Amino acid sequence: MSGEAKTSPRFSETTDRHRQRGAELLRIEKVSKVFADGTVAVEGFDLSVARGEFVSLLGPSGCGKSTVLRLIAGLLRPTRGTVRFAQPLAPGDIGFVFQEPTLMPWATVADNVALPLRLCGFDGRRAGAAVAEALALVGLSSFARAYPHQLSGGMKMRVSLARALVTRPTLLLMDEPFAALDEITRLRLDDELARLWQAHGWTVLFVTHSVFESVYLSTRIVVMAARPGRPVAEIAVDAPRPREEDFRDSPLYGALCREVSAALHRAMASRGAET
Amino acid sequence: MTSPREGDPSGRAKEPRAGDRAPAERAFRVLAPLLVALFVLAGWEVVVRLRDIPPYILPAPSRIASELVRSWDVLGPSLLVTVRIAALALLAAVVSGAGLALLCSLSKWIELSLLPYAVTLQVTPIVSVAPLVLVYVDDPLAAVVFCAWIVAFFPILANTMSGLAAVDHNLRDLFELYGASRWQQLWLLRLPTALPYFLAGLRIAGGLALIGAVVAEYVAGTAGAGTGLAFRVLEAQYRLNIPRMFAGLFLLALTGIGIYCGTSLLSRLLLRNWHESARVRER
Repeated sequence: MSGEAKTSPRFSETTDRHRQRGAELLRIEKVSKVFADGTVAVEGFDLSVARGEFVSLLGPSGCGKSTVLRLIAGLLRPTRGTVRFAQPLAPGDIGFVFQEPTLMPWATVADNVALPLRLCGFDGRRAGAAVAEALALVGLSSFARAYPHQLSGGMKMRVSLARALVTRPTLLLMDEPFAALDEITRLRLDDELARLWQAHGWTVLFVTHSVFESVYLSTRIVVMAARPGRPVAEIAVDAPRPREEDFRDSPLYGALCREVSAALHRAMASRGAET
Repeated sequence: MTSPREGDPSGRAKEPRAGDRAPAERAFRVLAPLLVALFVLAGWEVVVRLRDIPPYILPAPSRIASELVRSWDVLGPSLLVTVRIAALALLAAVVSGAGLALLCSLSKWIELSLLPYAVTLQVTPIVSVAPLVLVYVDDPLAAVVFCAWIVAFFPILANTMSGLAAVDHNLRDLFELYGASRWQQLWLLRLPTALPYFLAGLRIAGGLALIGAVVAEYVAGTAGAGTGLAFRVLEAQYRLNIPRMFAGLFLLALTGIGIYCGTSLLSRLLLRNWHESARVRER
């Protein structure tokens, strides 16, 4: 484990500009992932994430965004390179929100949210308080005893978020969490996520293919190109916080979206030139 | 999306339940088949009486009913025997089928070495195996239970195995992320996932256990042993007591329906809160 953080020279310029700058939490160096069938999902990936950052990985589908998250979560092993945290991690230090709600249909909302605590060996009473707190964060306190099938898609996603938050993770990984939802629900959940992040100062790594979502939420956006998956551009989003509904109508938001969009197009063009 | 703030203040989304079904529809579900039965039985009775068909060719329903009452001393105990055989066989099938499925899911080697024999046991017709079983198993009751078990065992094994393998990949990742033990994975994830599959297997196995019991009794009956319902039907045939054959058949059908209703009820009770198969759709 690297003890005191040293900011990677490559990213120093952008991280220096961060309002929420903190000590380095995670560093990925020259990470490559080659799957058994020969697919190079990620190649030469460098990334440094500081505490309190909200970093989005933005790219076309199939560019290895999800693979990067899984590598960080330890669900995949890198073929080459290293993933290092500033401190040794215990189970529960990483929260993961999948693209699908991924709830256990046979368990109530409260039991679903309690699952991480149960797996980490917490006793019942302490778990109960943590579950109530997590459900209150996402506004689902009165649904603790409901079953997943009784909830709408957006509510299921909130439960999934509560489950990821219940262990008070050091790092929250989100894999296109709202991509399967309708636009209205998605905007509302983006608002809530921005509000919660603002209030609690979590470190979030957020995978998305939506330019608008990434600009709205992030402190920094890493644009990725596909085949092999790699970072090609990095854009700091210095818009003031808290960001609320009206930020979406501001000229600054429009300008940032155009900038990120252009970077994404370049990333996709570079892929087109190769294939 | 229903936001919790706009949602039902009781904290529950509106959800149709079996109990909410309109009373008219529920009554119809019972009445309609009953009406059909009444209609068919009445027609049967009328035809037999008008044509004056003798009972050894085709007994009227009234004659079958009176025979059922008259020979209850013989048929009643036999019914109990058959029910007991089917129940024992089903119990054995549940324990061995689910148990073997679990072992197979824990070890690829067990699966590879044992599964072919489970399949062989299943595809060999029970009628041809039963006489052999009777040769080697002394106790006739045990022999019949064994035959019924052979038939009932496979659907439970096969279904439970599919269920144990049907675990959601993301949930598996989630369990891994939080450092779940093998035991926690099994108890909190794989077994609940497999439950609906197991119950579907149980419903099939329930019917098959009865079929296996009847087939084995037929075979055992010729060997001079057995007091189950199937043997009573056979016996009545030898004596050309056609009304009693029908009465025995009626009781067998009733037993099968009973087993089906029992396993369906169990399935509904265990899955009502979460599984699609046990939920009522609102239209």
